[in-house]
Amino acid sequence: MKSLSLDFSGYERSDGTFGVRNYVALIPTVGCANEVTRKIANRVKGTTPLLHHQGCCQLEPDLKIISRTLIGFGRNPNVASALIVSLGCESISSETVEKEIAKTGKRTERIIIQDLGGFTNSVEKGTKLAEDMVSETQNQKRTNTQFDKLIIGLKCGASDATSGLASNPAVGITTDLLVKENSTVIAAETTEMMGAEHLLAKRTADPKVAKKIVEIVEQMESRAKSVGVDMRGSQPTPGNIKGGITTIEEKSLGAICKAGKSTIQSVLDYGEKPKRKGLHFMDTPGSEMHVLPGLAAAGSQIILFTTGRGAPQGFPIIPVIKISANRQTCQKMKEHIDLDVSGILEETESIENSGKKIFNSLIEVAKGKLTKAELTGYTETLEIYTRGPIV
Amino acid sequence: MNLNRYAIVMHDNDNVATAVKDIPLQEKIELVMSGESREIEIADSIPLGHKFAIKPITKGQDIVKYGEFIGKATEDIDVGKLVHVHNVESTRGRGDLSKKTIA
Repeated sequence: MKSLSLDFSGYERSDGTFGVRNYVALIPTVGCANEVTRKIANRVKGTTPLLHHQGCCQLEPDLKIISRTLIGFGRNPNVASALIVSLGCESISSETVEKEIAKTGKRTERIIIQDLGGFTNSVEKGTKLAEDMVSETQNQKRTNTQFDKLIIGLKCGASDATSGLASNPAVGITTDLLVKENSTVIAAETTEMMGAEHLLAKRTADPKVAKKIVEIVEQMESRAKSVGVDMRGSQPTPGNIKGGITTIEEKSLGAICKAGKSTIQSVLDYGEKPKRKGLHFMDTPGSEMHVLPGLAAAGSQIILFTTGRGAPQGFPIIPVIKISANRQTCQKMKEHIDLDVSGILEETESIENSGKKIFNSLIEVAKGKLTKAELTGYTETLEIYTRGPIV
Repeated sequence: MNLNRYAIVMHDNDNVATAVKDIPLQEKIELVMSGESREIEIADSIPLGHKFAIKPITKGQDIVKYGEFIGKATEDIDVGKLVHVHNVESTRGRGDLSKKTIA
């Protein structure tokens, strides 16, 4: 298949990446700084807070993940500049987060609540900085660039059986088109490889990648089993089961269809940026609010998100395109669904055509068309995925 | 265009079909299996997205969809009967079975 479109327009960053949005990101380095962060966001139009609840009283491996994720948020191409909000006594080094984001050449500022003498002073200082930062972004214009600058994240949520039959395979077509255009695509959801890992392991660029896929699934499964209960009811969720999905194996076989037929280049740790183009898998759980931040930290500019029962979540700094093949959901949850591909099951549209439709919609969104999640403002909730105890 | 399609069989090896619309009890439906059309009488009401047996399934047998294993039957399942959590178990993430394994 020949290229469908050669370019998209975006905001060029000093590190050579292109944003499809132009946000001033407000990034707390610990959950304890959320109050100040939110207040600044409420006061300054054009800022976007990335509120989470991590960053302290956690062990080294988790702190590494959190730090990498926060840095990834700031480095995301959709972010024009970043204001780091620190409490001052947290485990995460706000200085490191600031420095690592600043390496991209983006303006990066930091306020420390305990140094500034508390809430009021910090909100004042942060507000002034944020106003100035937003003002700077107003002069930036979109320019055209190539598809190799695109990183697209994949997710399915509130799935039902229509996800595996239709919307995920349609996204799979889009994935293969993107890979052909030299874009980067990141699939995730390790839990939803359980029972399908043998199929993924057959499509890797390197036997080491195949081994790694099996390994992350084993780790996820043993963490789940260590609790001593049947995972069913948690994965698949009660909603999945109500929508006809019987086991995790069935859910997984449907979920992996999003990744099309392309070769898997690497397995990424949570929030890790891919080192080359093509298709990658990230080690994450299945939960929306944990998956999207991982994809964001890896540099995704847009996320394709299929749903059966109607998942409304977007993300603070990324347009999330909602796609459903469930006619009933497309009608009932219309407010949250960007693309209706239910024609696939009704045999009025082919999976291939739906995949192209998703690709075209992605180009429109890249150029600035707002998604339903952006329109409704259903974009705030996120959590960074950690694996260890809170101590 | 065929708006009368009730269900899809994803792979020739499958022993279940998935309903693409709600199917009432005792409905007789046409299904395409291995390229051939076959009539099946629905023995439960099958909601959109849910599965029913298209071959007789015995207790302990693999349930196959997408041409792949999706679980094990916990009882005999007749053709046309609903195939779901009440008669199928998963073999993954089974912390409840501790060190036991499912055959």
